[in-house]
Amino acid sequence: MELALFVIAAALSVGGAIGVVMVNNVVHAAVYLLIAMLGVAAAFVLLYAEFLALVQLLIYGGAVTMVILFALMLTRRSAHEEQAHHVRWPIAAGVSVGVFGLLASASLLEAGRFNSAERSGIGLEELGRTLFEEWAIPFEVASLVLLIAVVGAIVIGRAGRAEDIASPEGAPPRHVRPGTGRGEAR
Amino acid sequence: MTLLHFQLLAAALFSLGLYGVLARRNAVLVLMGVELMLNAVNVNLVAFAAYRDIPIATGQVIAIFIITLAAAEVGLALAVVLRLFRSHGSADVDAIRGMRG
Repeated sequence: MELALFVIAAALSVGGAIGVVMVNNVVHAAVYLLIAMLGVAAAFVLLYAEFLALVQLLIYGGAVTMVILFALMLTRRSAHEEQAHHVRWPIAAGVSVGVFGLLASASLLEAGRFNSAERSGIGLEELGRTLFEEWAIPFEVASLVLLIAVVGAIVIGRAGRAEDIASPEGAPPRHVRPGTGRGEAR
Repeated sequence: MTLLHFQLLAAALFSLGLYGVLARRNAVLVLMGVELMLNAVNVNLVAFAAYRDIPIATGQVIAIFIITLAAAEVGLALAVVLRLFRSHGSADVDAIRGMRG
């Protein structure tokens, strides 16, 4: 029963991940990313990490996928990418298969050392205690990082708009090479 | 169901994300590959913490930090992608050659 649940979670996440890296339609890729995140959340539930599964659903399922969809809609010219993959994709495929082989063989070789123990969960209370006592300073630093990221995103996003307004109507922006066909999207 | 299952799942997710980072041309799709790799790391962290003889919360705490930083990274990176799209007219990572050495 448990193994069946794990197979479902693994199939969701790996299938979603394959969809993310394979499909040519960028919006479909975002939906596949959402499916992969759901599978990872299911794996967290199987590891008795219910709180983390909830966080995963809220942040990845809710926020990150939505932001990525917004960015896709703002930056794409058509939903279908003709050349979604780099021309030298076989090298990338070889590297990733090699990395998978390395990780899997390391796990298999060391399997006997860790596999004896049965998994067990920790309570939400202990999680909160660890987070706010042992990891209190990193927690505060993380909030600072988020603040800086928000301010940085606003600054980077606004700078382009001011430049566009400054450039005269009809004339292409100065730094776009004419004739390449890349500057005509807007 | 043993730790090995979760390790293999994380390895598969990590390699697929790596392939996405290396082979995709759209910058947003590259970002999705990075997200897959971060999720693989999270699965490994939580699995190792749960399969410990005395389970500890540290694995989940670090996973929460990774999720937080991934959210910040996505926000910043998408702002950069938007800016690149405005100045170059495409989000193709191969077309951005301005800072080539």
